[in-house]
Parts: sequence; structure tokens; C-alpha cells
Amino acid sequence: MKARVFVTLKPSVFDPQGRTIVEALHSMGYAGIGDVRQGKYFELDVDASCADTARALASEVADKLLANPVIESYRVEVES
Amino acid sequence: MKFAVIVFPGSNCDHDAYHAVKHVLGADAEFVWHKESSLQGADVVILPGGFSYGDYLRTGAIAQFSPVMAAVKSFAAGGGPLLGICNGFQVLCETRLLPGALLRNRDLKFHCEHVCVRVEQTDTPFTMHARPGQVLSLPIAHGEGNYFADAATLAELEASGRVVFRYCDRDGQATDGSNPNGSLHGIAGICNERRNVVGLMPHPERACESPLGSADGLVLLDSVVAWLTQHGALETA
Repeated sequence: MKARVFVTLKPSVFDPQGRTIVEALHSMGYAGIGDVRQGKYFELDVDASCADTARALASEVADKLLANPVIESYRVEVES
Repeated sequence: MKFAVIVFPGSNCDHDAYHAVKHVLGADAEFVWHKESSLQGADVVILPGGFSYGDYLRTGAIAQFSPVMAAVKSFAAGGGPLLGICNGFQVLCETRLLPGALLRNRDLKFHCEHVCVRVEQTDTPFTMHARPGQVLSLPIAHGEGNYFADAATLAELEASGRVVFRYCDRDGQATDGSNPNGSLHGIAGICNERRNVVGLMPHPERACESPLGSADGLVLLDSVVAWLTQHGALETA
């Protein structure tokens, strides 16, 4: 089963990479892009019999390693 | 008196720390490979700078799960003096031995230069020989040294006097211009509640001999020797 984990910086955390990207986009003429926040995306192959178990396992490893709760939050999607 | 310098795959300031302890300070030093489970009776532990595990995922994120970190945590829990330098500071934050996190520098550049830091607290094992407000010239070399903690944690750090080093100018004034990386409150180094665990981004171990541009970093090592002499051998050692 595949699980996807999206890790993003919390809104209160300054993202200098996102800022640089949005400035580049503005200089390219994309004035319609207001803000960019850069994050991380993980694809996990999970050995689980049901989606709930896969989701629980993906959340556990996100808590322990994939995300740092001091600065980041995460979202899990499971491919059924 | 024995110093342990922990070596992770990707550590690259381990030899600098070893040299400063063994050849400048004149104390006993040993490298401890990250797969060891014992600190071999060390009285002081240094987590050195570098790029443990290639900085993969986040700086210090993988190193926190190295086998030796269980021994490092119990050493810290027993009150042993533990110093994290640069990547070592990042590992301490990821391990939650210190609060907060180190983010990408605000200008996205890797900063390799000498900076000034002000000693804010002299009641830690690594600063007891410094003068309050003493300005140290120390090198920095990092891309992710931008200290972040939420507002409540920052307030608590300040209120409990746990900001140990703050970036400043030559006159000791902490200004935005003297802050090389965007760290909140100009924080260059902090300590834990018990004050035995200290982490900082600058490299005191590379500033222990004047031919290298500064010997100001030696005060951290002199301090911990004095601290150990005062406190005697550790029960955990």
C-alpha cells in the first residue's frame, strides 16, 4: 500500500526558500502568485492490510522522523 | 579528565575538537564512533560540527537515532557537561535535549566568517571562566544556523537566562546587522534547564590558537575544566 506524506513549515516559520522562489516568479512576470511555501513530499511503501493501519504507521514515522514538530506539520494520504 | 568527541558519518570538525582538547588544552581526548554504546568514562562530551548523514532530511535529524545517542542522553540526564557545536547543536535540538530548531539562513547563503558573540550567562559549565558580557570572536561555517523557537519558548529561554551566546558587533551591541543568519533574538547558543547541556552555532574549537585568528574559544574549554575540578568526578562517569 502506498502512503504519501506532505511536510510543510508551520505558518509562523519564515521560509526563505519560498520567499526567493516567489520573488523569482514575480520577476518572471507572474504577479498573480502571492506566496510560495516550500515543503517536502515522501512516498512510503507500507506493508499494511488496510488503509487505517497504513495511515497510522505513516503518521507514526512522520511524528518520529519525517517531520520536526517544532517547525513543521504534515498531512498523510493513503492510496487505496 | 577525559573528553569524548562523538563521530558521526559526515562529522568533519571532530578532529578540530580533538586537537583543541588534546593539544591546546592538554587534556585527554578520545573519538567515540556513533555505533558505540558507551562513552568510555568520559567527563565531558562534545558533539562536533560537520554534516552528519549528509544533512539528509534535516540537519541532525538522522544522527539523533545513532546508537551512541542513548549514552549521550543518559550522560546529559546525569548532569554531565555536554557541548554541541554547529551540527552538534542541530543534533541536540533534533534530539530535544535543547528546545527549538535551526532553519536555513535567512539569506540562503552559507556563511563562513568570523563573527562576534556576547557571553550572556556565566553559570554554565562552558562559560564559567568568561566575563558576563565578554565579546568573543569565533568563526561560523553554516548554511542552517537560523535559530527558531515559538514565542512561548523564546520568552521562557530569555526569562530563565538560557540564552548563553548572542551575536553582536565588536562593541558587544546585539544589532540586526551583527546577526549573520536571522536567528530569533540574535541567538547563537543556548543551554538546557539544568544548564549542563550547551549548544552553539559558532566554532570555539577552531578559535583556540592565535595563529588561527582568535584564541577566544579556549574560554569554553578552560571553563569546563574548572567546572569539573569544582564539581569532582561525575557519578555517571
